[in-house]
Amino acid sequence: MITVQRSSSGSSHSPRSSSSQPYLSISVTEPVKLGNGVQAYISYRVITKTNFPEYQGPEKIVIRRYSDFVWLRDRLFEKYKGVFIPPLPEKSTVEKFRFSAEFIELRRQALDIFVNRIASHHELQQSEDLRTFLQADEETMERLRSQETGIFKKKPADLMQIFKEMQTRVSDVVLGKEKPVEESNPEYEKLKNYIFELENHLSEAQKHAYRLVKRHKELGQSLSDFGKAAKLLGACEGHALGKAFSDLGTKSETLSVRLQKEAHQLLMNFEEPLKDYVRAVQSIKATIAERANAFRHQCELAETIKLKEINLDKLMLTRSDKVGEAELEYKELKAESEEATRRFENIVRVMNEEIVRFQDQKTQDMGIAFHQFAKGQSRLANNIADAWRSLLPKLEACLS
Amino acid sequence: MMGSENQGFEEAHIDASREEMESLVLDDPSNNSNGTKSFSHHRSAMSSLADSHHLLSRPMVAAPADSDPLLAPPSFRDFRNPNVAADNSSYIEPPSYADVIFSPFDENAVHEIDGVDSPGRSSDSSVSLSRSPSSSSDYIKITVSNPQKEQETSNSLVPGSNTYITYLITTRTNITGFNGSEFSVRRRFKDVVTLSDRLAESYRGFFIPPRPDKNLVESQVMQKQEFVEQRRVALEKYLRRLATHPVIRKSDELKVFLQVQGKLPLPTSTDVASRMLDGAVKLPKQLFGESVVVAPEEVVQPAKGGRDLLRLFKELRQSVTNDWVGSKPPVAEEDKEFLEKKGRMHDLEQQLSNASQQAESLVKAQQDMGETMGELGLTFIKLTKFENEEAIFNSQRVRAADMKNVATAAVKASRFYRELNAHTVKHLDTLHEYLGLMLSVHGAFSDRSSALLTVQTLISELSSLHSRAEKLEAASSKIFGGDKSRIRKIEELKETIRVTEDAKHVAIREYERIKENNRTELERLDRERHADFLNMLKGFVLNQAGYAEKIANVWAKVAEETSAYAREST
Repeated sequence: MITVQRSSSGSSHSPRSSSSQPYLSISVTEPVKLGNGVQAYISYRVITKTNFPEYQGPEKIVIRRYSDFVWLRDRLFEKYKGVFIPPLPEKSTVEKFRFSAEFIELRRQALDIFVNRIASHHELQQSEDLRTFLQADEETMERLRSQETGIFKKKPADLMQIFKEMQTRVSDVVLGKEKPVEESNPEYEKLKNYIFELENHLSEAQKHAYRLVKRHKELGQSLSDFGKAAKLLGACEGHALGKAFSDLGTKSETLSVRLQKEAHQLLMNFEEPLKDYVRAVQSIKATIAERANAFRHQCELAETIKLKEINLDKLMLTRSDKVGEAELEYKELKAESEEATRRFENIVRVMNEEIVRFQDQKTQDMGIAFHQFAKGQSRLANNIADAWRSLLPKLEACLS
Repeated sequence: MMGSENQGFEEAHIDASREEMESLVLDDPSNNSNGTKSFSHHRSAMSSLADSHHLLSRPMVAAPADSDPLLAPPSFRDFRNPNVAADNSSYIEPPSYADVIFSPFDENAVHEIDGVDSPGRSSDSSVSLSRSPSSSSDYIKITVSNPQKEQETSNSLVPGSNTYITYLITTRTNITGFNGSEFSVRRRFKDVVTLSDRLAESYRGFFIPPRPDKNLVESQVMQKQEFVEQRRVALEKYLRRLATHPVIRKSDELKVFLQVQGKLPLPTSTDVASRMLDGAVKLPKQLFGESVVVAPEEVVQPAKGGRDLLRLFKELRQSVTNDWVGSKPPVAEEDKEFLEKKGRMHDLEQQLSNASQQAESLVKAQQDMGETMGELGLTFIKLTKFENEEAIFNSQRVRAADMKNVATAAVKASRFYRELNAHTVKHLDTLHEYLGLMLSVHGAFSDRSSALLTVQTLISELSSLHSRAEKLEAASSKIFGGDKSRIRKIEELKETIRVTEDAKHVAIREYERIKENNRTELERLDRERHADFLNMLKGFVLNQAGYAEKIANVWAKVAEETSAYAREST
């Protein structure tokens, strides 16, 4: 839950507001499983606290489900071209884990971060769709959600197609092949390359982070098994030695529990932020695709206009009676072209701002994640050291 | 009993490897300013050499603040690191296990100083239980090396077909029973089998360390370097274990094996087997009532047991958790205390097997942890480089710096996990060792059972002989004037009875002797196992604590460096 100010800098770390300062603060809570069988889903309680005048009141509680969040994301993506829309957690493909406690908690956390990022973005926070999402009743929401077909909904397949085209275009440029409908902006090229490479690096890092979580679980399990075996061996031996084994066994089991806890923390506070980073980069790729579309549209219109101009001149020379019609068409096209150019230039402008914001935010996000990671590891190691050390006095006594 | 393999380490090539480790040290300026940290890092780098050598790691507990921890205790000063004193003069800290130096243990240094042949796992400051009262100043150190291919000189139809490997066996000792203090012989594996068989005969009832497996493989595999090296290691371990056994180390068989040049002058098993066969053939005849005299000296060896023992070793090695009772001939063992002890050994074996398995899993999990941590670190290093190269904004450079700290810590932690694991393996190996020793216990108990069987067989034979004699006498007395042929038979029978009585007495003495051997060996096993396990536990725990502290320090530093982010987040 991030308390935010309505500010032009788009900073997400404003101080806690007093009542005079504008604030919009949201929590996504209480996941509840609803429905049956294949139709089962999780619903969340979304609590909004705000003093923005556009909102219905200081507090509002609604019930939302994952696809409602998807609707919001898609609407924002359509309306705010150029903005790096905050990423959503993935849809779960594996049935088994869809309702596991860990998955539900991870998703809840990610959804909470999602809406709050929107609420702290100077442009997005003013979105009407956001207001709808935070305030509308469930029937309205359901209606809106089911309307989302075709135009706004970016199917995963479409996105994949766009990315594929993107990648070929990027590599073509890299290879020196010329494609006519491509921006020839070296800085922008650099940015695109950066984004693509960044995704590779981050995916690898996230993969290893996930493995590290697994390793903690495995070490915990093996310590538990070892502890049990030590206790049984101790029962065999008896006397001081038996007690020593038994103590060791107990300590091992304690540490096993500790390791499982740390594995969970690692998952929530280190692996998840890395995953989130990857998602953010993927969201940027979608924006890059949008920009490419806008640029292409602008170019196509410019081409069309040129042809129309030539045609018009021809008609005018021949004093054709089609001149009037053609002139009208030409005017319309000109207006369209100007609009397309405006839209494209807006995307460029917004993206330039967004990239600064993105880098700042990611440094913050990762800084926090690194801090949590290091603290967690350090605490864990200290716990482990303390636990083993506590066995030493007795062992020393036995040996003397 | 278990100390011999601890002596099984090669010389550590410290200097060359130390350079390697130091070149891997990540750029960490703060390390050098703090003498403590660089010292323990340096030291921990050295101890990573334990990976590929069979080195015993020994913790040197830091002494109290007012004394230089490196000079006390003197017997464990690391001779290869003269710089140490200079590094340490500036730091006075309370002893923590992070500063415990887990350094590889140089056996030569120990022998020259202590002259103790089985230093075991005891550290200097904490006394370990004395493991064998006689071994305080004498030692036998055996090395197996230099495998060479040799050829069977005679009896080969195809010239050059029969090749075999010999090993150079070098002994250093100050025990007086040997001729000299250092000598070498060349032996082949067959000789080891012979030695093992002869010891099994001479030392019935003792817990004789089991010899390495025969490995029935093709001659091509036999000559592969990996196999040869594996066998060399196994032979060395075996001979060292023999040398640690308080009774067997003084045996003639071992002396002869270690000293006599040329062909091993012990009867080979094929010679003995044929004798055994005769004995074995005779026993059933006795049982079925034919009057064949049993020479008293033959009862000293189990007739059936001689061959069974060899078979037993093989079977038991295959599956250590053999059904204890099922593989033995059903013998009426009257000693309740012994039966109890036997049951206890059975339980112990089971739990040892279980613990040994779990120890292996633990080691694997620790290894995996270290690996993944290292991979994570390397990935972040790559990311750092990438961000720095592509940086347009300052926020990127800041992030790159943060990432580098995490990466450095992860790589360090990864190294610590690997070092920790190398030590853990050595400590927990004690479990494996004692599990292997259970084979010897099986053998000794089976010696006892065989001896008892011999006694019981002779007793029942005597009883049937007596009843035959009685019958003959009764029948003969009915004939007036005597029955010449019957009287002759009675005389013969009485002679047989006398000889069998003697044999019975010999057999009983043998049985009692073996029982006594069992008893003293059990005591020794319990005593030594008690000490070894306590030391193992202590070593294990000390290592875990020490490395956990080192790892904690590494991460605490990063937490400190990123603490600004903690303050900012709500």
